[in-house]
Amino acid sequence: MKGLVIGGFILLAILHQDTWNWDKADLVFGFLPVGLAYHAAYSVVVALFWAFVVKVNWPTWLEAWSDEES
Amino acid sequence: MIDPPFLAQAAPSSPTPLLVVVIYLGLLLSLALFSGRLFRGTSKDYFVASHSIGPFMLLMSVFGTTMTAFALVGSTGKSFQKGIGTYGLMASASGLIHAACFFLIGIRVWAIAKKHGYVTQIQFFRNRFESNALGYLLFPILVLLVIPYLLIGVIGSYRVLVPVTRGMFPEVFANADPLLNGALPPWVIGLVICGVVLAYIFAGGSRAAAWANTFQTLVFMAMGVLAFSLIANALGGLAAATEQANPAHLVRTPSELEITTKTGSFMREVGIPPIQFLTYMFIPLSVGMFPHLFQHWLTAKSARSFKLTVIAHPLCIMIVWVPCVLIGLWATGVFTPNAADNWPAPMIAIMGSADNAGVGKVLSVTIKFLIENPVIVGLITAGILAAIMSSLDSQFLCLGTMFTNDVVLHGSEPGRFTDRQTLWIARSFVIGVVLVTYILSLLLKDVQNVFDLAIWSFSGFAALTSLVFTALYWKGATKAGAFACVIAVGGGENIPFSPRLTAPTTASCQSRSAFSWA
Repeated sequence: MKGLVIGGFILLAILHQDTWNWDKADLVFGFLPVGLAYHAAYSVVVALFWAFVVKVNWPTWLEAWSDEES
Repeated sequence: MIDPPFLAQAAPSSPTPLLVVVIYLGLLLSLALFSGRLFRGTSKDYFVASHSIGPFMLLMSVFGTTMTAFALVGSTGKSFQKGIGTYGLMASASGLIHAACFFLIGIRVWAIAKKHGYVTQIQFFRNRFESNALGYLLFPILVLLVIPYLLIGVIGSYRVLVPVTRGMFPEVFANADPLLNGALPPWVIGLVICGVVLAYIFAGGSRAAAWANTFQTLVFMAMGVLAFSLIANALGGLAAATEQANPAHLVRTPSELEITTKTGSFMREVGIPPIQFLTYMFIPLSVGMFPHLFQHWLTAKSARSFKLTVIAHPLCIMIVWVPCVLIGLWATGVFTPNAADNWPAPMIAIMGSADNAGVGKVLSVTIKFLIENPVIVGLITAGILAAIMSSLDSQFLCLGTMFTNDVVLHGSEPGRFTDRQTLWIARSFVIGVVLVTYILSLLLKDVQNVFDLAIWSFSGFAALTSLVFTALYWKGATKAGAFACVIAVGGGENIPFSPRLTAPTTASCQSRSAFSWA
């Protein structure tokens, strides 16, 4: 699962460099330039990615460890 | 020199905007002082709210602390300068990287700090690398990196409130300069802003900061959306607003725009080069080592409290930044490059500037230009102050905490001070930090290079993030390596910046006109 999370993070970092949108001036919903719409959608995907990470890779042991006597 | 006819014409006489700001400050102070009633009277509660802050307040306080006023006003100005690429350049990458820092660094330091009773980063590094000297080396560097960040906040409040209050008190604050005549002087603004923040930090420490930040974050998010809807409405709706924008700002392709003014024309570069877009992804790493954010992490009730922050932080960034970037885009249609004769002076200054100086003026100028309503001006001003103050309080508190724990308590025999004495030492240091910041901000308020210091500050924190990451995840990280990292940041960072920091002050018009960023 850790590999999937790391892979997802790298993929998102690559997808951030959306060179294919660089010179596109199309409008989404009639008012949102595609370069901005893409990155707004990217923010939503990033939030979903972190929701996935929190779900499958949460360090549950940390809480108990922090409560143990040192 | 830039002709400032717009500012002179726009000299306000209505006290309404100031009244709105005063009401906002009163509400903030009341809420924060109320939260002080929940204060448990211990140093642990003062420093880290006894690890009792739940998911929503943790999200709001972390987001509010991470986002300076640049999120609200700088984003609009940068979009006006460079186009819609501003969002991808400075915001969407932060959603990915900030959340990664919270997940990979925040949760672990919270657990380690809770287990061992740490309240500062230096306590963690001293024990992790078993070196007192590392703490003594790191302490001045962290303090030096936080101070510019503090200063741009306080100086930013001057630049927000001076133009808003211009003409309100012509007899009390008479000034030969028409741009400053009748405006609240910086020493009064600083006294009020620092005084309000000091009052609630003094009373309730981290707990008061968390409550105040929650309120302030909600205010500046709401004000951004309010400005967006009012401006869209004034321009005839969303589609009409984008249709009238300059086409060069709809894309990221670098191009040159000719700006024609009364005195001639100049070229302005629009768009974002791909290499700049790529390298800006490293800047958000700075949150991994912000000492004030570290302290907020430690206030969390449990590790689970971080879940909402990790997931919702990118969405909060989007809610604030997308409307503001669109306002900046729309402003390019309101202030067209072939008719710059009619532009307000600050807009010409912004387009003529090669850096961030002045980009914070776009939002206020556009609002003044399109919506001549003093209540709205007051509300947006309160929103900008909320963004500034939500970072300031945490920074004041973290410096007071560091001086108390990393200098006084660390250098004393265990048990030398009672908990009550520790609490009062911390409060005394917070007063000292606020006082020094206030004096420095008055001395440096006209020095434009203070804003270069902020770049130095962010770069330093970003570079130091490697230290905390390796300390947490690499067993092979050694004391020597930690020293090398801190020395490289402390020494290497200063070399390229030192000529810029000692350079003379730039045009004074930039330091006294309309809203700036912080």
